Amino acid sequence: MADDATPVTIRFTLDGREVEANKGEMLIAAAERSGTYIPRFCYHPRMEPVGVCRMCLVEVEGPRGTTLMPSCYIAPSDGMVVRTDSEKVKKAQDGVLEFLLANHPLDCPVCDKGGECPLQDQTLAYGPGESRFIEEKRHFEKPVPISDLVLLDRERCIQCSRCTRFAAEVAGEAQIAFSGRGDLVEVAPFPTEPFTSHFSGNTVQICPVGALTAKPYRFAARPWDLDQAESTCTGCSVGCRVAVQSSQDRLTRVLGVDGEVSHGWLCDKGRFGFEAVTGAHDADSEPGRVTTPMLKKNGELVPVTWSEALSAAAAALSTAGSAVGVIGGAQFTNEGAYAWVKLAKGIIGTDSVDAQLDDGLPASLVFGLPAATILDLDTANAVLTITGDLSEELPVLFLRLREAAHRGTPIVQIHQHPDSVTSIAHSALAVRSGDTDAVVRMLCGDDVQAAQLRNHPEGLSFDPAALEAAKAALPHGGKGLVVIVGRENLAEDGTLTAAAAKRIAGAFPEATFLVGLRRANVRGALDLGLTPGFLPGRVTLAEGQSRYAGTWATTPSATGLSTVEQLRALATGAAGAPSVLVLLGSDPLTDLPDGALAAAGLAKATTTIVVSGHHTATTAQADIVLPVTVANERTGTTTNVEGRVSVLAPAVAAPGQAWSDWTIATALADALGADLGLETVDAFAAEIAALAPSHRGLSAQLLAGASGDGIIIPVGSSPIHGAQPLDPTAFPGVKAVPARPLGTEQASLPEGAPASGGAALLAAIPEAVSVPGPDGYALRLTVQRRLYDGGATVTNSPSLAPLVDGATVKVHPSALDRLGVASGTVVRLRSAAAHLDLPAISDKTVIKGTAVLSFNHATADHAGNAAASLIDASAVVTDVRMETR
Amino acid sequence: MSHFSPALRAKAEATVALYPKKRSALIPLCHLAQGQDGYLTEAAMVEIGELCEVTAAEVRGTATFYDMLHTDPVGKYVVGICTNIACMLAGGDDLLEHAEQRLGCAVGGTTTDGLFTLEETECLADCDIAPCVQVNHRFVRTTTPEALDALLDELAAGGRVDEIPSHGTLIRVERTVGLQVPKDVIAEERAAAGAAQAARMEGSK
Ligand code: SF4
Ligand code: SF4
Ligand code: FES
Ligand code: FES
Repeated sequence: MADDATPVTIRFTLDGREVEANKGEMLIAAAERSGTYIPRFCYHPRMEPVGVCRMCLVEVEGPRGTTLMPSCYIAPSDGMVVRTDSEKVKKAQDGVLEFLLANHPLDCPVCDKGGECPLQDQTLAYGPGESRFIEEKRHFEKPVPISDLVLLDRERCIQCSRCTRFAAEVAGEAQIAFSGRGDLVEVAPFPTEPFTSHFSGNTVQICPVGALTAKPYRFAARPWDLDQAESTCTGCSVGCRVAVQSSQDRLTRVLGVDGEVSHGWLCDKGRFGFEAVTGAHDADSEPGRVTTPMLKKNGELVPVTWSEALSAAAAALSTAGSAVGVIGGAQFTNEGAYAWVKLAKGIIGTDSVDAQLDDGLPASLVFGLPAATILDLDTANAVLTITGDLSEELPVLFLRLREAAHRGTPIVQIHQHPDSVTSIAHSALAVRSGDTDAVVRMLCGDDVQAAQLRNHPEGLSFDPAALEAAKAALPHGGKGLVVIVGRENLAEDGTLTAAAAKRIAGAFPEATFLVGLRRANVRGALDLGLTPGFLPGRVTLAEGQSRYAGTWATTPSATGLSTVEQLRALATGAAGAPSVLVLLGSDPLTDLPDGALAAAGLAKATTTIVVSGHHTATTAQADIVLPVTVANERTGTTTNVEGRVSVLAPAVAAPGQAWSDWTIATALADALGADLGLETVDAFAAEIAALAPSHRGLSAQLLAGASGDGIIIPVGSSPIHGAQPLDPTAFPGVKAVPARPLGTEQASLPEGAPASGGAALLAAIPEAVSVPGPDGYALRLTVQRRLYDGGATVTNSPSLAPLVDGATVKVHPSALDRLGVASGTVVRLRSAAAHLDLPAISDKTVIKGTAVLSFNHATADHAGNAAASLIDASAVVTDVRMETR
Repeated sequence: MSHFSPALRAKAEATVALYPKKRSALIPLCHLAQGQDGYLTEAAMVEIGELCEVTAAEVRGTATFYDMLHTDPVGKYVVGICTNIACMLAGGDDLLEHAEQRLGCAVGGTTTDGLFTLEETECLADCDIAPCVQVNHRFVRTTTPEALDALLDELAAGGRVDEIPSHGTLIRVERTVGLQVPKDVIAEERAAAGAAQAARMEGSK
């Protein structure tokens, strides 16, 4: 590693100037850094060079005179003499472009890429100006779909192979490839194996011509008519950098912008989920938004004015006193999260506030583990993952992990069902639900566990050789080890994963952790106190009391109830139960793993106030619904999975009467006769930076100077970068991003700021959790998230909604044999709580003795989240029996 | 369920095992699969992909690149007639036209009885017997319309089965992957080929 990291400088002559290149850097990149742009089509800075288009030819002096060479495919050497502007080069460029255009339809006036097309632009800048081609051009049927979201106009393709290389090299599966030869070459998926990648939209963005178009954008707009806002994707907590483009106050498309978090890539949910905000451009369907405040009158929700809704909410809250529970807020902005924490904890005085819906991990774990960054993956010695399927939950993080694997970093995986990470893992350990901690112990050298695992009626779930390989791959003491830990299974108690993570932190003291919580701003919500027991800034109630005393009216003295505890107290009528529930953009009836508990708890609340951008199962049952702005309508900041704060910029105005998250908190405080004391988003940001120790020094000025990637908190814990100039052909369509003043420099840690988290917080995590032994007749359930599920973003996006599968249960073929039924037969799963009928699919990769189900998918007779009906939040693991119907 | 017959599957697996990288076996496997079905069926391409650990799309990409690999059904006998320079000068175009008329199908087509597929080829490296004709990749040395007609009749009547296997694939494929071809057999064949060439040289003097 050390050798690679030392930059070796190579000096060569470029157009008569002496310039420098780094070792391993291609000529085209070195020239670009020194200010000489060489035209290109196939070269892409985030992929391996292939040298197929010949657009980048330059003249290189050699022993036998000068030769034309592709600058994307040769590395400069010391003393090399290169010309990019000679007659010979110009002639080559003319020739290449004339050839490319020979078969190109030149239907720019009706092509989506027209106006932002590298072929147009480079033809204008470097082309011959005239064509000698008078023959008949190629004709193809147009367009043909190559995936559910991407269409191909074959005659426009210039065979640069960017799309096929993206599929093979970046996304990891060559589901599209060139077929045919010569002028009949076309990009094609296999007829029976469609291009189902979660990342297919990237091929559209990097295609240097209009050959690939996205269904949601085709014929929607001309690029020069679009306004652009540079923002952060809030589809999940990776926080990819985006350019959001709109026209006439409707979102038109979302493009990836190159940066250190996402490398310019987006997943298809992040790219196309905008339809859930302002609707699809050609669909009549409404995006399911809540557009006016609503109040339940005579058992029915009716639109009312804001003042009526707010007085009703204030009346309910005043009656409840501090018997108020707050659930959600992980989709809010940081400023909104802080406003609601200040209202709930600082005015109402309740600590029963929880941004997570029993589907995450404890805040003390998140704060207590030493933090890793996504960039750390690039230099890690090894990566250990214990999480749900990354390509389903945090898709672009999977791409970044894949890059590390591609470079040879060993990935050790502990999983309950093979997934995307298994395909890139150095060693993968399959474990049944409940056994994760036991396997972690074995990894740490405690073999006592082995016998117990081996005693399972179905035997050991992994290959002992894989365990040895894994042990060997993990660096001693954890130096350079990055651990990605998330909720691997929603049908088991999250404490199991938390205990395992704590054990790893103990055994590998130098390891750092990325806690893979999924909702967009769950990190920000936790940091700012939307979790029981904490005040903004990752400080405990006791520690924070004095810090907030001067500015807040009050602070809670005792730790409040988590989401599950609130709902359970409500359902059982226990003392201390909240009477009013405030749901911040959350939909427990769909998203709580224990579906029955959500229903029972909500039914008992005297008043349910839901702040929501979309109509959901929960808003339908609410007493008061307050419309809030959603992605791409908001100003403020969000915090990603690594604790990186970045900017959210509004691209469109909110529909109807929706207000921003912090405005609603402020107005509600007013209605309660109190005052949050802040009236602008900047004022909230300033108060956060002033009071929350984790956010010290995070000024608007600093954020404005940093690249769109934002700043990792605490400020100073990681280098802050200014904006890099964008390569116009690498991510066509992104309008120039303004240069940022900061440049590349290390911001210094503001004095007195504490380091992130604090290992002492880990004391709250149990050392071990006891797990009930296996029941020979039952299957242990693993429930995992999928990218396309029954959530509001997907169901309200006409392009994505068809991609949601119906729920099935995957089991090992032997389980079906035992039952005597064929794959695809509808079976009955019976848990202690309930039963569910759904098709059983035979899958030999399922661990024997387990069953695998997707979260938030419907069955024929269970709309909404079918899996949630089987899960009992009070059980450590979920065992189900499979029966014939 | 394997699309390959058990024997072919075994041969395919043995072929894959010969290479340090599984994907290197892709083209030999395509030829082997053609030996079974005459062309690469979708099921065969999927199975080859699994065996070589590449996607079916990549198998199809490779298969559609090469003229000797077919992704559409072909007749029992694929008749290739060369029209490259040496053969063109020796009447290759005329022979091809004759074949079209005789078979009643255009180049690239298959006779309605499913017996013959006609192809126009580039140089087959047997220019000294021009115009060169191959059937299922075996040189048949028929240079005149009459000789071609006679051969087609003979094949249609079920003749020359030993020499020209139906859906025949390259002998070379089975050999270069080193499967079940003892060294002495190879030496014998080489000697025979050398003798045949010497005889031809003698004849053309
Ligand atoms: S479709 Fe576009 S990206 Fe793909 S090879 Fe053709 S021109 Fe390149
Ligand atoms: S990975 Fe997450 S943040 Fe990135 S584009 Fe997808 S949904 Fe958005
Ligand atoms: S050959 Fe260099 S950019 Fe295509
Ligand atoms: S030109 Fe026909 S075989 Fe060589």
